[in-house]
Amino acid sequence: MTTTNGVPKIITRNLSLWYGQKQALRSVNLEVRPNHVTALIGPSGCGKSTYLRTLNRMNDLIDNVRIEGSVVIDDVDIYDRAVDVVELRKRVGMIFQKSNPFPKSIYENVAYGPKINGIRDKSRLDEIVESTLRRAAIWDEVKDDLKKSALALSGGQQQRLCIARALAVDPGVLLMDEPASALDPIATAKIEELIYELKSNYTIVIVTHNMQQAARASDYTGFFYMGELVEVGETKKMFTSPEKKQTEEYITGRFG
Amino acid sequence: MMHGKLLGRIVVALTAVSALLIVAVVIFVMATIVIGGKDTISWEFLTSAPSEGMTEGGIFPAIIGTALLVIIMSMAGVPIGTVTALYLSEYASRKSRIARAIRFAVNTLAGVPAIVFGLFGLGFFVQFVGTGMDQALTGGAELRWGQPNILWASLTMALLTLPVVIVSVEEAIKTVPQDLRAASLALGATKWQTVWKIVIPNSLTGILTGGILAVSRGAGEVAPILFTGAAYFLPHLPSAVSDQFMELGYHIYIMSTQSTNVDATRGIQFATTLVLLLLTFLLNFSAIFLRSRVRARQIT
Repeated sequence: MTTTNGVPKIITRNLSLWYGQKQALRSVNLEVRPNHVTALIGPSGCGKSTYLRTLNRMNDLIDNVRIEGSVVIDDVDIYDRAVDVVELRKRVGMIFQKSNPFPKSIYENVAYGPKINGIRDKSRLDEIVESTLRRAAIWDEVKDDLKKSALALSGGQQQRLCIARALAVDPGVLLMDEPASALDPIATAKIEELIYELKSNYTIVIVTHNMQQAARASDYTGFFYMGELVEVGETKKMFTSPEKKQTEEYITGRFG
Repeated sequence: MMHGKLLGRIVVALTAVSALLIVAVVIFVMATIVIGGKDTISWEFLTSAPSEGMTEGGIFPAIIGTALLVIIMSMAGVPIGTVTALYLSEYASRKSRIARAIRFAVNTLAGVPAIVFGLFGLGFFVQFVGTGMDQALTGGAELRWGQPNILWASLTMALLTLPVVIVSVEEAIKTVPQDLRAASLALGATKWQTVWKIVIPNSLTGILTGGILAVSRGAGEVAPILFTGAAYFLPHLPSAVSDQFMELGYHIYIMSTQSTNVDATRGIQFATTLVLLLLTFLLNFSAIFLRSRVRARQIT
């Protein structure tokens, strides 16, 4: 079994997943350490995004998905029948590949999560909006335009707004599905910087196509190939002396 | 080659002629209505009731009746149609038997002739529901609901226009990006919260369009209200939903077929038709205006 040091935040055991007849994950075992960034890399269709979506059960929304094995977050098996998916998703936030702000104001985007959690008090909402926008490193850019449509922001700003929106429900875990793949290098750098700052308070799992990004932004890296987790370890070690030949070939750009 | 070229020209000529023909027909119809009605139409005509055995006077009660009919119809049909569309597109799985049955029913409903709706309204709303209500309320001593009235006519009309609402709302719901639903669910919103706060607000334009299309469809139909509530002549305006009402389309129909003096009412017929057309246009324009405001709000 592949492990990382310390008390894990997320423990995945023998996780397999099928879309209909097609197997997308093959007995994945992975432990994610709290307050660190774990990057998942691998060629397209290797299962890394599918794995990410098992962690907040977004795969539930797809028809004909079958899952075996277990995912334990904070000592609770999230596939247990007693688990409320809605509660789970409040604890495990997600940032999508394509920034997807609601067609509402910047303020309303961030306040969306707190509001569905029943927070109505205006001053409390103001406070949450400001503090999360600050934590997402976008406050200074938008503080005078909170009433403006989120759709008027640039791509990079939209993605940071989406991160703020996810932070506003106070999750412990942040899942990021190629959050910078549609952004220019400057916006990407800002997102990476943000990820680095956020990890002191959050456990972050990030799927990325960009190997430099994995090398720069993560503490641990897992390499997926054909639905299997081939290897996981400290990022530094993975990028300098991987144990498996497949990992080395992928990292050095010989395939994928 | 020559043969092909000639054929091409003939096709172009034929399509152009038929296109022009349609424009010509529209212009002809509009011109006939305007010319025939222009001497009769006046403020007086719009704001007064018919008089002299319906050969003089105006159409005020019919305008009010049509407006009430359309309003009650929308109040019943738009919510039901919207909820149905939401169920079909958000809740029912694509392969579910119930969803397929509903879709089949909606398509069938869309193909049923209007007069059949009229008969259904008479049989179901007036005689079954209405008489049942009278029995339950007064033991049948008073005939109040078991006769044609504006409520039953509006509900019948709502049924007729339901497919229009369902189809256009469903189209609008489909245009709400999947990304937004995913974002909402990933924040820990329930399905219902996502529908209520994301799907419906972003489909408002479509719901409004559905309402408009239903209104313009409903305003042009006479058959469904024939037996369910429309009256030949009423001395006063409806004051309750259990009252009968006068309606523009029905007024045109009776003026041209049932009048004691068809020739004397010719001007009234044309003018009434003109009013019905203008009313429909007005409704459509105000709806388009509303839609553009909804869109503008979404962007800024």
